[in-house]
Amino acid sequence: MNFPAWIRSVAAKFFHHSEVAEEVDDELRSHIQFRADDLERAGLNRAEAERRARIEFGGYERFREESHEAMGGNFIETLLLDVRFSLRMLRKSPGFTLVAVFTLALAIGANAVVFSIMNALILRPLNVPKAQTLYAIQRGSDQAINHSFPDYVDLRDRNRSFEDLVAYNVTGAALDTGNNASSVWLLEATGNYFDALGIQPYLGRFFHRSDEHGPDSAPYIVLTYAYWHSHFQDDRNVVGRIVQLNKHPFTILGVAPHEFKGTLLFLAPDFWVPIVNQEQVEGLNVLNERGNRGILMVMGHLKPGVAPAQAVADLNSIGSYLEKAYPKDDGNMTFSLTRPGLAGDWLGGPMREFLTGLMLLAGLILLAACANLGSLFAARAADRSREIALRLALGSSRSRILRQVFTEAVLISIVGGVVGLAGSIVLLRGLSAWRPFSTVAPNMTVPVNPDTNVYLVALLLALASGLLFGAVPVRQILRTNPYEVVRSGLSGRVGRRITVRDLLLVTQISICAVLVTSSMVAVRGLVRSLRSNFGFEPRNAMLAGASLSTAGYSGDSVPAMQKRLIDTVRTIPGVKAVGSIDRPPLYFGANTAIVFTDKTADLRPSNAAAEAMMYNISPGYFEAARTALLAGRDFTWHDDENAPHVAVVNREFAARIFGSMTNAVGGYYKRRDGTRIQVVGVAEDGKYASVTEAQQPAVFLPTMQSPYVRGTHMTDSTLVVRSDRDPQQVAAAIKSTLSDLDPGMPVTIQMWAKQLNDSALFASRVATLALGVLGLMGAVLSITGIFGMAAYSVSKRLRELGIRVALGAQRREVLQAALGRAVKLLAIGSAAGLLLGLLATKVLAFIVYQATPRDPLVLAGVVLAMALLGLVATWIPAQRALSVDPMMLLREE
Amino acid sequence: MSDQAQLLPGTLDLLILRAVSLGPLHGYGILLRIGQISGNALLIEQGALYPGLFRLVRQGLLKASWGTSENNRRAKFYELTAPGRKRLREETESWNRLATAIGSALAPQPEEI
Repeated sequence: MNFPAWIRSVAAKFFHHSEVAEEVDDELRSHIQFRADDLERAGLNRAEAERRARIEFGGYERFREESHEAMGGNFIETLLLDVRFSLRMLRKSPGFTLVAVFTLALAIGANAVVFSIMNALILRPLNVPKAQTLYAIQRGSDQAINHSFPDYVDLRDRNRSFEDLVAYNVTGAALDTGNNASSVWLLEATGNYFDALGIQPYLGRFFHRSDEHGPDSAPYIVLTYAYWHSHFQDDRNVVGRIVQLNKHPFTILGVAPHEFKGTLLFLAPDFWVPIVNQEQVEGLNVLNERGNRGILMVMGHLKPGVAPAQAVADLNSIGSYLEKAYPKDDGNMTFSLTRPGLAGDWLGGPMREFLTGLMLLAGLILLAACANLGSLFAARAADRSREIALRLALGSSRSRILRQVFTEAVLISIVGGVVGLAGSIVLLRGLSAWRPFSTVAPNMTVPVNPDTNVYLVALLLALASGLLFGAVPVRQILRTNPYEVVRSGLSGRVGRRITVRDLLLVTQISICAVLVTSSMVAVRGLVRSLRSNFGFEPRNAMLAGASLSTAGYSGDSVPAMQKRLIDTVRTIPGVKAVGSIDRPPLYFGANTAIVFTDKTADLRPSNAAAEAMMYNISPGYFEAARTALLAGRDFTWHDDENAPHVAVVNREFAARIFGSMTNAVGGYYKRRDGTRIQVVGVAEDGKYASVTEAQQPAVFLPTMQSPYVRGTHMTDSTLVVRSDRDPQQVAAAIKSTLSDLDPGMPVTIQMWAKQLNDSALFASRVATLALGVLGLMGAVLSITGIFGMAAYSVSKRLRELGIRVALGAQRREVLQAALGRAVKLLAIGSAAGLLLGLLATKVLAFIVYQATPRDPLVLAGVVLAMALLGLVATWIPAQRALSVDPMMLLREE
Repeated sequence: MSDQAQLLPGTLDLLILRAVSLGPLHGYGILLRIGQISGNALLIEQGALYPGLFRLVRQGLLKASWGTSENNRRAKFYELTAPGRKRLREETESWNRLATAIGSALAPQPEEI
């Protein structure tokens, strides 16, 4: 074929489509005129001649259409015609259009939101150059992301796979820029941090490896753009300025570019400092302790051509060297690689699982919406069979009609998709601006702004679902027999036609029942986890955090100050009990330590008896936290550094190390450094790192015997204060008392129950919220589905119902005739969905604490909910069926 | 009219090319010319001519231009292009081969007599 000619023809059609259409008309008309001229010459009058000419010409519309097709490129023209026609049809039935668009917008919106979160947290790499080769190193079988600094140095210097390795830590501190100290979040990073990541400064300069000359040798600060903007008002003279960080002078070197917000997705730091200055920032230096795995993350770019598996092998060989060289400190030194943005698989793993599950549920919503729209379209096609039959009889082709139906479906899907996407963008903007932990960690963010990927996926999903539900009435249209429909109307085939739609409705209802079941299981799980026993009583207790290191206390002055704090707070009226703990349980993880049985002589990590949760507490903590002592005694202030080392262990620890509680009290265990520690008491079991954990062993140590152990980031010790008075008043009293004690000491006070909601229970709450919203959407969709079906079948059978009423049918019989089918379908769908939902909730148990499907309340709840939904959805159709007036209906026909 | 033959599929294009090969014609003229050269023995639905014409133009075998007819009506005139002429020659040959083959196959054979 002559390609240029074809192109010209198509181009002509595209750019001058109406002109071309007119030209075809001109030509066909001129043909008829020629013929009429001839016929006139043969003796007919003009009018008769023209009439004959038109008849002889044949189906004008058909030939015109075929001519268009023969010219090629008429696709666009037909499309425009179809679009115009579809818009007219949709405008004629605004109810149908509105319901369809709303349904799809709901489903597309849900998918866009979930996908956007997934995209932002899992699919999208960190905003650094060459992010594809950037990996963080995880250690051991439990894939811990934290390392010790000496291990990091060995990994950095001995590996042959990474271009460079950087290490960093997240910590809190107080920054004084001249007028007032405020608390900040910062990353302590190795000197090569910016160079290895390939980031260029926006202003001033970054710190480099050459700036590091031993402990506290590099008192420099690199600000994030956001912090520079909000706290230094974009002042370009900030470079070189000296500020006080935890009362030590630091020089501001420069400002990082706007798009670089650190290397953790969910935490935007305020600035970076060199990690060699750890002592000034955190009050102690652990960079020389190989056994102290206090470095949050080690990461680097793989060298070009090095596969992750090769790098792992390389790291593992270094690991086995380290195990041999430092048997006391290093055990279990196998490595794996992970993406750095989510702090490794510790956080990333559950998040991935949860989001995948959520994406599946959102997909189900979309499927349910498609089933819903499919039955709407089938009903609409059934209502329009007269129109379709007429068009077929007039010479339109079936493919042409199908095309128009699809155009309608795609139009709805695009409008629905755009509306849904717009809604989801609003929601996601809100989510991105949200600071979920505003009280404890204001820098925590949920960076989920949508990008082009999201728009693309949403629109593709919308289009695909448009084609999917548009395909439902295809068979119906292909089977339409124009003569039959025009002759006898529709009534004869109603019973037969409903089967496809029945199937769709059952599918849709069962999907919705799955969603309702999952959300109920999640809600029940959350309720139960809120009521479960954590091993302490958060109600009526407050946490008062006092930052001692920020206030300049260090070394021996810390325990003394702690005792003063506790003694002072105890004098406040209404306070029943006070005790301190270095890090409250269930507060973003826990510190752990490995322990050995008393008989173990070779204290290498692989011989450890257990890895126990470790807490440093003051006397009185158990009383204040309401942790029951099952045997033995609590600590006293005499358990200090001059007394023998003692510990209180939990029941699990006692059972694992000593076999029983009675053996435990008075027994000994060994610390990693060989110190023997006597157990003086056994406390009840509790939850420590997360509410979903298996029962863990835990050991409580007297704070006076552990001079300083790294506590939580913001506050070195937390006072647990139990009172029976109004919490607001007590909080105010504590605050003023503590600031009387030392005005320079930052104090934060919050209710323990609230803090728990914001930290340990946060994931379950978010999961429950998400599942609840999806369950609600499922409920809405099943209402619209059942309503549509019931309303349609009542309206189709009004005449039949009228006759039944005229023949003396009772209300019950009328209802059964009108809605029996819908109710039956609802029951079948709900049962199927309930079963599927119960199977699906096994997946939920990973995230939602105590989510169990074998819960009679959930079963009853789902059945009740579906029954209620059915009642709501069939209410209006039922009223309509009952109010049938036989006389009026019979008169009408 | 009942003695007119139905067109075989695909032969309309060939007839159009043949009709136009004698000089530029408008659509109605082509129809008349086909009637004339076939001795009115072929039944062609008038409208069916146009999809065929547009198809041939698209394939570059014909070219079309607007002009005025002998009785002063505006009409679109079609003429053969060089590829069109070549196609006509090839199609004619292959048609002749086919017609000869079928003709001889259907002719009374010696053993039938």
